[in-house]
Amino acid sequence: MTLQVVTANDLSTGLVVYLAADDGWTERLAESRVAATETESAALLERAKAPEVRWSVIDPYLIDVAEEDGQLKPVRYRERIRALGPSIRLDLGKQAQKEL
Amino acid sequence: MPLLKDGRLADDPWIEVGGDEALPDDGQLIVTLARWRESRDKLVKRNQPVGVRLRSDEFPDEIAGDLEHFAVIALEFPTFRDGRAYSHARKLRERLGYAGELRAVGNVLRDQWVFMRRCGFDAFEVRGGKEAEAAWQEAAGEIGVQYQPAADRRPGVLALRHRPA
Amino acid sequence: MYRYDEFDAQLVEERVEQFRGQVARRLSGELSEDEFKPLRLMNGLYLQLHAYMLRVAIPYGTFSSKQMRRMADIARGYDKGYGHFTTRQNIQYNWPALEDVPDILADLAEVEMHAIQTSGNCIRNTTADQYAGAAADEIEDPRIYCEIIRQWSTLHPEFSFLPRKFKIAVTGAARDRAAVKVHDIGLFIRRNDAGEVGFEVIVGGGQGRTPMIGKTIREFLPKADLLSYLEAVLRVYNEYGRRDNMYKARIKILVHEIGAEEFGRRVEEEWAFIRDGALDLPAEEIERIEAYFAPPPYEDLSGQGSSPWVETVRLMEPEFDRWMRVNVAAHKRPGYAIVNLSLKPVGGVPGDISADQMDAVADLADEYSFGEIRATHEQNLVFAHVRQSDLPDLWRKLDGLGLATSNIGLVSDIIACPGLDYCSLANARSIPIAQRISERFAELERQHDIGELRLKISGCINACGHHHIGHIGILGVDRKGVENYQISLGGSADENAEVGKIVGPAFDADGVVDAVETIVNTYLGLRDEGEIFIDTYRRVGAEPFKEALYATA
Repeated sequence: MTLQVVTANDLSTGLVVYLAADDGWTERLAESRVAATETESAALLERAKAPEVRWSVIDPYLIDVAEEDGQLKPVRYRERIRALGPSIRLDLGKQAQKEL
Repeated sequence: MPLLKDGRLADDPWIEVGGDEALPDDGQLIVTLARWRESRDKLVKRNQPVGVRLRSDEFPDEIAGDLEHFAVIALEFPTFRDGRAYSHARKLRERLGYAGELRAVGNVLRDQWVFMRRCGFDAFEVRGGKEAEAAWQEAAGEIGVQYQPAADRRPGVLALRHRPA
Repeated sequence: MYRYDEFDAQLVEERVEQFRGQVARRLSGELSEDEFKPLRLMNGLYLQLHAYMLRVAIPYGTFSSKQMRRMADIARGYDKGYGHFTTRQNIQYNWPALEDVPDILADLAEVEMHAIQTSGNCIRNTTADQYAGAAADEIEDPRIYCEIIRQWSTLHPEFSFLPRKFKIAVTGAARDRAAVKVHDIGLFIRRNDAGEVGFEVIVGGGQGRTPMIGKTIREFLPKADLLSYLEAVLRVYNEYGRRDNMYKARIKILVHEIGAEEFGRRVEEEWAFIRDGALDLPAEEIERIEAYFAPPPYEDLSGQGSSPWVETVRLMEPEFDRWMRVNVAAHKRPGYAIVNLSLKPVGGVPGDISADQMDAVADLADEYSFGEIRATHEQNLVFAHVRQSDLPDLWRKLDGLGLATSNIGLVSDIIACPGLDYCSLANARSIPIAQRISERFAELERQHDIGELRLKISGCINACGHHHIGHIGILGVDRKGVENYQISLGGSADENAEVGKIVGPAFDADGVVDAVETIVNTYLGLRDEGEIFIDTYRRVGAEPFKEALYATA
């Protein structure tokens, strides 16, 4: 099965975030906690929805990711756009922030 | 469920009778519309205050002839997004002249109380306890201007603007 | 334009503080997202793919240079230096933080602006003809009634939880530039046989999943009855509109399912109870608001005829000549003109404008158009009252700002929703398609030869790009993870409104740009002299276009 991570939008800023290893939320997909099996995915989503974890985000959900050129990338096109930014303004969004 | 009336939490003396429950011999009862239709004579003869609860898809017209019998009418908000009861409430107050307690029940949230009051509700089923009273004061004071006339008869802006001097 | 009185100002200020309280309760966790969502939507705040999006109301598309400067400040101070004009005459910001929104709204309130009810299942911005107050064929300025409707519909306690959103448009001229027939309620200002001015009431138009043209339920409604009648329509909708399926919840579905006649009958029945009462519109209020829409202090230019200077420049500068042909419209006042500012530069993002451009436009509005600006539902701007003798100077300055592309109503004047680049509802991107089509037809002489051709692109079935009423409409769909584009032909938004018809199987992103060119070339090969695209299409039908697009070589 494909790898999965949990994504959401930050409540306060609205920005795209991913569930990280420490139960926090990170803007960097590379730092997200990856589930490799169905059991892990279910557990990951459950963790994301726990009140003490989800309070700072909106609507966490699972997405498929894959390794490409040594980097984690979302599989679905929509999620790629969320991970990067608007395709028509390469100066905006995460794609413009080198450290992301 | 706690009830908010006139900005205060109040004890609710009413007993809600569920769909298939037997009618208790004693007490002020709120029954469903279906139950009212079934047991109308019995309920009237009991000589105790009676109320009816309408679903959001049950219209005031259906009880228009019986309003004198109801000391309370409860209108349901099955979800707070279902806004039909706002129209029903206005009809009951403004068109049919209903003067008893008009109660908002179901998914009744703080941020809709003022809309509900303007439509004629004067009692609200609420979650939580004493903090509801403070929340009410806050909510009631938030917007002091209303553009439209509504059931609460507070003057709308048009009336205020063109008041005779 | 309208100026707030103490009541209007109080309401907007109180609303800001109310929302501030709601945001605080959300951030503290007291309000769940489910409970907060309708509240933030009723303040115009969406959650999109990358961030929140704030939709600020521009009531009936009219605003001042002062307001424009504040909009620029907000873009700079709270967003990423730009804004986006929408197909309902509003402006959107794509990157505000939730915690900043109360401050943004406070800044807007200072200049008599707000974001009230620009989203949610309530009555939205009432839109109007962008040439209102200036067009020669106008019976009365529709904005007067838009303002009256705006106030009546704001924080209406009975109609804040409708089955679905509700959009009203008003047009005041014989030519409908406000697309009233594809609105939930469309009002056509009419003069009856007795010479009185009133409204034809059209109900149940709309786009989205099931596009429909509205039906007239009342031929003539006197002005005094406007609000009581609207209240009756809304009440019937609120009580009978479907709530079981959000895709069948608009009033158009109700009108379609029970029939326009029955719908009209229910409205009349309801109206009989509430007419001639508290909602009667006093003549004093109509006059009070009318005064705000009085003509600006025009100069008397009646003796002058067509400006010789303008004619000279037209001869000297072909680009100015082209601009005069399509970006400038006739004004009812001698010596004046209506100027369109194109927000569709070749290869640009339709409807986007930078903060610097906003400030510059504000200055130009002050200098050339009495400080007033309009937003159109085709995502362009308008200066409604420009002296003809000023046109060459204004053109040069607009050109310097990139706002003078002479393409209004032409193939590169594309309406596009934000699409999958921004919007969480989208299935495909729309903006890159608009850009590529715009680039394919970049050559302006060619565009002018092609003539009027209204192309509209939506990134999903919700049709915010109004593709159903495009002469050429494009709908982005997701085909097994790949963006595909379905073309429809023959839609139109004016008083002869029609929904376009799908022409055949969808194309991929490269194919759709070629397809548009094929359609244009087919038209060019078939047209009679002087015949614009939509008229050729109506004359020859879809067959020649289908053949050109799909017949195998």
